[in-house]
Amino acid sequence: MGLLDARITKHNALVTSVDNVMNWARLSSLWPMGFGLACCAIEMMATNASNYDLERFGIFPRASPRQSDLMIVAGTVTMKMAERVVRLYEQMPEPRYVLSMGSCSNCGGPYWHHGYHVLKGVDRVIPVDVYVPGCPPRPEALIGGLMKIQELIRMEQIGISRADALKKLEEKSADPRPLIEVARQGVKAS
Amino acid sequence: MDNESHMSEHQEETPASSPQVEAAKTVWAIVREKFADAVSPLDENPSMPFFEVLDTDAWLDIALFLRDNPKLRFNYMACLSGMDYPDEGKLGIVCNLESLGEHGHTIAVKVKCARDGGVIPSVARVWKTAEWHEREAYDMYGMTFGSHPDMRRILCPEDWEGFPLRKDYQVQESYHGIRVPY
Repeated sequence: MGLLDARITKHNALVTSVDNVMNWARLSSLWPMGFGLACCAIEMMATNASNYDLERFGIFPRASPRQSDLMIVAGTVTMKMAERVVRLYEQMPEPRYVLSMGSCSNCGGPYWHHGYHVLKGVDRVIPVDVYVPGCPPRPEALIGGLMKIQELIRMEQIGISRADALKKLEEKSADPRPLIEVARQGVKAS
Repeated sequence: MDNESHMSEHQEETPASSPQVEAAKTVWAIVREKFADAVSPLDENPSMPFFEVLDTDAWLDIALFLRDNPKLRFNYMACLSGMDYPDEGKLGIVCNLESLGEHGHTIAVKVKCARDGGVIPSVARVWKTAEWHEREAYDMYGMTFGSHPDMRRILCPEDWEGFPLRKDYQVQESYHGIRVPY
């Protein structure tokens, strides 16, 4: 357990900017575990490749859960795979983050009713921090989700839990609707 | 105008069935001659002409005959699918056979068995392809294949309950403590 994970319940000491530095270090070198389960994995690979170039964010897939900070659940999680996903998740060192990519791992996707062998959402077996909708999501959407993970890390502080950080992130999130409206107006004008 | 009337005349002259069906008729006649009432009449379905093996126990002999008879030479099993016939209380398989690179003809063969505890002879030693296909049919429908070398589930977990492609299948509530339905 690192300094940031230590539960310090009484906020009466330890106010420094060291957590900013640690957050910056963490969010600038998010190493995801290199594994994909279905067509979302193709988009994830495309995001890693040169056109979208995740390495500019310091994101670089690792071949072992023991070296990873982030698990991108990219694709359909079957009941058989669910137990393996849990095992891989448990092998990752803390602090660890989970990004659920695509409709299948969010909620079962197109297999929500007749897919007898599909887990209806990976959050039934492991805690998920960020959900990226889409079937499959485009690389831009995945990058959006990864940046959300980075924002989440930025919210972390000494003495607050992951749940608190998520709450802070939710409170701080900007309403995207005015931005979308501005973008639409821009398209119309051009 | 003249050309059109000529064409319609020409269509009337051609036989109703395609070359595929004609070839299947010949194949069926040879099988029928050897196995008599163990096989049903040919269904001259234009997209997939087929006959049914009425005596399930004869299926292995029929399969060997289809493969080895010089006039048949079905050396390739393109597919083996499972079927559920709840109204008849039966399960079955559909085998698509082809004589690849020899006669070029194709035919489908259907074999049925009882819905509960039904057994169909395995043809895994006739066509190697059938080994995994039969395992899949077992996995999805629950019929077993007699003298199959490795009769286990192939896709579902080994401790899965029920057979997912049966018409009356209801998914189990939980699997290893994980809720299965939505």
